Amino acid sequence: MKNKSLISISDYSKDDILRILELAAGFEANPNQPLMRDKVVASLFFEPSTRTRLSFETAMNRLGARVIGFSDASSSSTTKGESLKDTIKMVSNYADLIVMRHPLEGSARYASEQSRVPVINAGDGANQHPTQTLLDLYSIQKTQGTLENLSIVMVGDLKYGRTVHSLLMALSHFNPTFFFVAPKEMSMPREYKRFLQEKGIPFYEQFEMGNIDKADILYMTRVQKERFSDPIEYERVKNTYVLKNAMLNNTKDNLRVLHPLPRVNEINYDVDANPKAYYFQQAENGVYTRMGIIAAIMGLK
Amino acid sequence: MAKQKQLQVSAIENGTVIDHIPAASLFDVITILGLDKISNQTTFGANLDSQKFGKKAIIKVADKFFERDEINKISLVAPHAKLNIIKDYEVIEKRDVTIPDEIIGIARCFNPKCITNSEAIVTRFKVEDKVELALKCHYCEKITSRDELQML
Repeated sequence: MKNKSLISISDYSKDDILRILELAAGFEANPNQPLMRDKVVASLFFEPSTRTRLSFETAMNRLGARVIGFSDASSSSTTKGESLKDTIKMVSNYADLIVMRHPLEGSARYASEQSRVPVINAGDGANQHPTQTLLDLYSIQKTQGTLENLSIVMVGDLKYGRTVHSLLMALSHFNPTFFFVAPKEMSMPREYKRFLQEKGIPFYEQFEMGNIDKADILYMTRVQKERFSDPIEYERVKNTYVLKNAMLNNTKDNLRVLHPLPRVNEINYDVDANPKAYYFQQAENGVYTRMGIIAAIMGLK
Repeated sequence: MAKQKQLQVSAIENGTVIDHIPAASLFDVITILGLDKISNQTTFGANLDSQKFGKKAIIKVADKFFERDEINKISLVAPHAKLNIIKDYEVIEKRDVTIPDEIIGIARCFNPKCITNSEAIVTRFKVEDKVELALKCHYCEKITSRDELQML
């Protein structure tokens, strides 16, 4: 992982993933380790994203690094028509590491080819968001004690959900069983089901939440109105995928509810007080996971 | 004899004949192989009758012989093309085209949000399925299928 960019979750092997989780745990135990005190990190957010950006910048700061960058393309020379290539070439001469979020897919891969320093993809359009997947895995491992042999229920927009696709691919190393709960319009795309079939990983599809009493992890995502071609269909299904506290009554003690956030109405506020609600700690885990990723890439651990 | 009657494009002494190009793909093949820019004597036949495939096109390029990698690029638009290598008016070799494992620089990524459609980047695809054409973009990771395929 040292000196290599992280663009896609498939860039990391099973061992790489486990190593990152190990590092994350170390940083959670001891968050202020100024290993990067002589380094400069560029935080290039061509598209606004408060949570990911603040999470990364916190990680950079806790590692003691100095941070340069921008949080919006309108405050960069993109407004003058500067190409991504030129921006990256310039910044890679200033900084030791680049963290980038960009609205166009493939932008991070391209940036890693133009840059002299490693690039971490903080989200390229609807394509990849590997650090989210790693923090999701860290959260799962922390709460379940393991990543192996788990029952994972994924709910909501499984068609466009970048995070569920990526999590599915990463968990495939660990012998999972998947349950997909989504409206027909948003069901898990064929290529991912084919991927699971080829690996012999069992999955079940259902249109309603139904029985989640065997689940270890409940991963909620937002069903977006704008994705539906028929607004009446949206109205009909929108409440089917909402989690309410009562629905957690017969679930396993170790069940945890995850959500990449921001949450709108898919997790009712009455769930927040339930000890099984884990989505805010999940976001906090993002800082430690990102510290682990940065440390691994910079060869500091 | 029957073959001679049907031959609507004249023979060449030395060079390459590319036959069984779908009629609609002729100009894509010309562009892919850069035939619009070379100075060799070239003959094109379009919308000729084909026994097997309906309407076909044929290209004859005098004194030009293509490397395998170069000619295989046309497999995207002419998967059943047949090459005849000609020396002294004789066919000395016949070849099929095969779809390579990687396609560089000739096809467009169908995803409008792919970075390759916004910046000057040479496209790169991994061929995931050679039968039902599936080109996976090296950058945006989306798959361009045969229906969506456009040449650059």
